Amino acid sequence: MSEGFHFYTQHHLVEMLGLNARDPGELLDGIKAVPASSIYYHTHHFLQKHHYLSPQPPNDFAFWLMDILHQNRLGEEFLSIDTVRYCNLESLRKRFVVLLEDYLSNGGANTDCLPGFEFHFLACKTFILPMPYVAHNLAEFAVILKKVSIRSLYFHMFEARMRLGVPDNDFSQWLKGIGEEGLANEISRLDPYNMTLESLRRKIIRMVEGRVQS
Amino acid sequence: MSRVDDYRAIVGDEEVDELYLLAERLKGKSVQNINSTATGGGVAEILSRMVPLLRDLGIDAHWDVIKGNEKFFTVTKEMHNALHGLNVEVSKDDLEYFLEVNRQNQEEMDLFGDIVFIHDPQPIGLVEKREHNGNKWIWRCHIDISEPQKATMDFLRGFIDRYDAAVFSAPSFARSDIAAKQILISPSIDPLSEKNRELPQGVIDSVTERYCLDRNRPIVTQISRFDYFKDPLGVIEVYKKVKDHIDCQLVLAGGGATDDPEGPQVLDQIRSAVQSDPDIHIIYLPPSSDLEVNALQRASTVVLQKSLREGFGLTVAEALWKAKPVIATATGGIPLQIEHRHSGILAYSTAGMAHYLMELLSEPEYAAKLGMNGREHIRNNFLITRHIKDYLCLFISLYHKEDMVYL
Repeated sequence: MSEGFHFYTQHHLVEMLGLNARDPGELLDGIKAVPASSIYYHTHHFLQKHHYLSPQPPNDFAFWLMDILHQNRLGEEFLSIDTVRYCNLESLRKRFVVLLEDYLSNGGANTDCLPGFEFHFLACKTFILPMPYVAHNLAEFAVILKKVSIRSLYFHMFEARMRLGVPDNDFSQWLKGIGEEGLANEISRLDPYNMTLESLRRKIIRMVEGRVQS
Repeated sequence: MSRVDDYRAIVGDEEVDELYLLAERLKGKSVQNINSTATGGGVAEILSRMVPLLRDLGIDAHWDVIKGNEKFFTVTKEMHNALHGLNVEVSKDDLEYFLEVNRQNQEEMDLFGDIVFIHDPQPIGLVEKREHNGNKWIWRCHIDISEPQKATMDFLRGFIDRYDAAVFSAPSFARSDIAAKQILISPSIDPLSEKNRELPQGVIDSVTERYCLDRNRPIVTQISRFDYFKDPLGVIEVYKKVKDHIDCQLVLAGGGATDDPEGPQVLDQIRSAVQSDPDIHIIYLPPSSDLEVNALQRASTVVLQKSLREGFGLTVAEALWKAKPVIATATGGIPLQIEHRHSGILAYSTAGMAHYLMELLSEPEYAAKLGMNGREHIRNNFLITRHIKDYLCLFISLYHKEDMVYL
């Protein structure tokens, strides 16, 4: 018999790196220099902060390039990066570097922002805690998923894959282990970056409950 | 006094359950908060709510206040103004006196906490005593230090770098010249406090009657300490521009703090600027006036916060929590609380604020939508439960160097 699914949750403590960017060139320098936890923070924190809004705001780099520097074409390049295709932060960082280097080498304007609107590089420290919930079957899994915080959902869908180097989200991995290959693949195919966490929760619960009833 | 479990109805069971999970990891650790005033101002207000809740979570939390006389608080107010970027010079003698008072407090206080949590510059020098024990020290800066006077910042840096972590309220306060780890934690409001809890209509009516406010005409309010940085004279100018077109009333209400000796002087200047306009209500509130503040905010049509500098601007969060449309200057932590034209209005000038005030007074449906969006933004990001969670993570972080911490 397969082991049950142990739910975890996570919390972030935000660190300020004391590093700012005033133009795309400095943004490039910063992206190259900051720790991976900073790339992670700037591309993921909005998922948890704006869970009641739809559509989601873009990642911080895209937001700054578009809303502050008004470099809309470059900003849209950042905005449209398919984060779900990048399996680790270094490959994501490389993509940002290539976009900015191409932009600058092709004569893109290295516009300054107004004073007070600099990009401030932040990073985060993550605390992972076990929750007192274990699901032993699909029905239990759906019940628990309804009551855990969105941080728990977030941890299992994003954190594990992007920062812990596991190949798939935690839910799909467990489902495969209990012979639910089809359901696992269905969840893997979701693009969690393009929906609110509450929508994501509802979608997964619907899939699991559908499978229980079938 | 509220219990942690009382917040379940507001933020959900799962949020409160996770606070208990985090607090368990700090079992046996004592946290000693130290600041410079027991009443008045945002820091004392947060601590008066935070410390009992931490204790309710099982944390051995304490709160002590340093001793200082009028001369000391005049010096620290000068330092405060210099850190906010005002062109004031803090003399060498004043800095010596600042150190002297800090050293007297070092001698008199028992710095027993496993974690000593110092709030703001006034008690920052207590860290000189840390050599005598192996505890962890945190400095919590509640003010905007994005453009400080260099000499004052240089003086303080010598102390800041001796802390394990320095905590700031907004990303723009980050500094490249500080060696201590810099942490971003926004402050918060307590939805169950006297200042923010739901009020029966009768209570709101009795407060507005007491201050002779006419509920049939729009009420525009700024609640703040009487302080130059809150620009009360600018608020009067905004009101006068709008009053030509819309028959509204202005309420400027606030109090003082024992560590702020400038209050009475500012109040005098406001009173002379008001002259004899019966629709401008200057209300000086004693420290125990949270109910009145709550009622005045709830009775307001639009709330202003025209700060020139702002540590964070919690009065914005208070008004938004009451679903009030807010127009505020984009300074300090205010842009974190207001997304322009979604959860409020950000203004950059007196003329701009007057323009937006006219707009909101003329378009009540739009104003109401801003207020509702603002309330949800505060619920998700600026309530005391989130603040406690951040502090628990901060305390735990002092014992873990790695980026990913398994607890």
